[in-house]
Amino acid sequence: MSESNNNLLLKPVHPVGIVGYGAYVPRYRLPASEVARVWTDGQAALPIKEKSVPGLDEDVATMSIEAARNAMRRANISPTELRAVWVGSESHPYAVKPTSTLVAEAIGAVPNVQAADWQFACKAGTEAMVAAIGFVGSGMARYAMAIGMDTAQGRPGDALEYTAGAGGAAFVLGPADESLATIDATYSYVTDTPDFWRRAYARYPEHGQRFTGEPAYFKHITEAAQALMDATQTSAADYKYAVFHQPNTKFPQRVASMLGFTKEQIAAGLLVPVIGNTYAGAAIIGLTAILDIAEPGDRVLMVSFGSGAGSDAFAITVTEAIRERRDRAPRTQDYIARRTLIDYATYARYRGKITMK
Amino acid sequence: MEISRHWRLRKQRYALVGEVCPHCEAKLFPPRDICPECGQEARTTYNFSGRGEVYSYTTVYEPPAGYEENAPYTVALIKLEEGPIVTAQLTDLGDQPVEIGTPVEMVTRRLRQDGDERGMIVYGYKFRPVLARVSA
Repeated sequence: MSESNNNLLLKPVHPVGIVGYGAYVPRYRLPASEVARVWTDGQAALPIKEKSVPGLDEDVATMSIEAARNAMRRANISPTELRAVWVGSESHPYAVKPTSTLVAEAIGAVPNVQAADWQFACKAGTEAMVAAIGFVGSGMARYAMAIGMDTAQGRPGDALEYTAGAGGAAFVLGPADESLATIDATYSYVTDTPDFWRRAYARYPEHGQRFTGEPAYFKHITEAAQALMDATQTSAADYKYAVFHQPNTKFPQRVASMLGFTKEQIAAGLLVPVIGNTYAGAAIIGLTAILDIAEPGDRVLMVSFGSGAGSDAFAITVTEAIRERRDRAPRTQDYIARRTLIDYATYARYRGKITMK
Repeated sequence: MEISRHWRLRKQRYALVGEVCPHCEAKLFPPRDICPECGQEARTTYNFSGRGEVYSYTTVYEPPAGYEENAPYTVALIKLEEGPIVTAQLTDLGDQPVEIGTPVEMVTRRLRQDGDERGMIVYGYKFRPVLARVSA
């Protein structure tokens, strides 16, 4: 980088942190072996063990509401103190009508609140978080909520059908001195890279096969993580935990190793083998699982990746407040443990793949 | 099209917002402005906790119009911990059996769509078995 590294960091005027967090994962699980059974006679290599599937009455709005309620329980603030409710997703229930107003209404945050839906493939959630850091850190708001949630789409038989899961997380951002984890700095790295997209009115996304790897996922995550560590004068060894966008099991393992992180550092946040790729929720739900077990003083590196493409990197330090707040709401592993296996036919029904007319 | 009715009921449907009687402390759901216990005016809003237990239940195999996509589904009378009994669908049952007395909690879910797939999506309360805390 030619500019001074420190100028590239996104740091607010007032220090900001995570005041509350909450996760959500639906109950149903489709084993990857079921997709292989139906489409490849069981011959395909399986990228994960199983993925989460939303029930018939669930969508990004209902899932966001539950994660938001969990985050509000941990934050223990009045919802009327929120000045923003932002929802990042690539599966908003309506093409036109905000998910965020519905979430804000359900948690009692209306009407004195900013509300908007965000879109940037799998990094829509961290994008909303960075914006919320700016909203709080500039003094415009004391508290802002950022959510990343998806009920991801995969074409039947496509490689993405094995992994396209459902879930995500909500965060209440607020003053650092009230936080259970402070956001020390963030950095964003973005280029125009056509690795994955879904055109308007198209039901399923398209992807560039192997092009999704090197020039997209690996390039953006390594650049973002390295720039953030350089600018904050930290290295992999300074972090107790790290979590990267997790579209399958291999990619985050490999990018962690490229950046000098060990398997132990990424174990707590690596949820993709058991819930699938939750897209806008993928990196941040890993963060919730880490916060569920972290100790005060632990540092966490989180790097998202959104196709299109870009990465947001966060340096986070857990505070003393984590101890009393984390059990005010269910832990992420509680949702993962609540698990009912379904077969491909039930999955096809739950995901609306059977047309009735 | 019933959008005005859905809009009018949104607070009670999304979040179980009812009323508390300022005279006799009775908690009211749905909100009705006159306390059925003491007959006086009750307009103070009250946020129900959403916790309760199954008072009775039945499974619907022949659903009314608008609910076909979810059938079969279980409908229950839920006795809220604050007192009132509400009728609602149970959800997220998976392979979990329902029994009278099962502890449940409120969740906000899609109830149906107003008309066809072009209509508004109607959201409201359902109840599910209390999520077990296994990891703490």
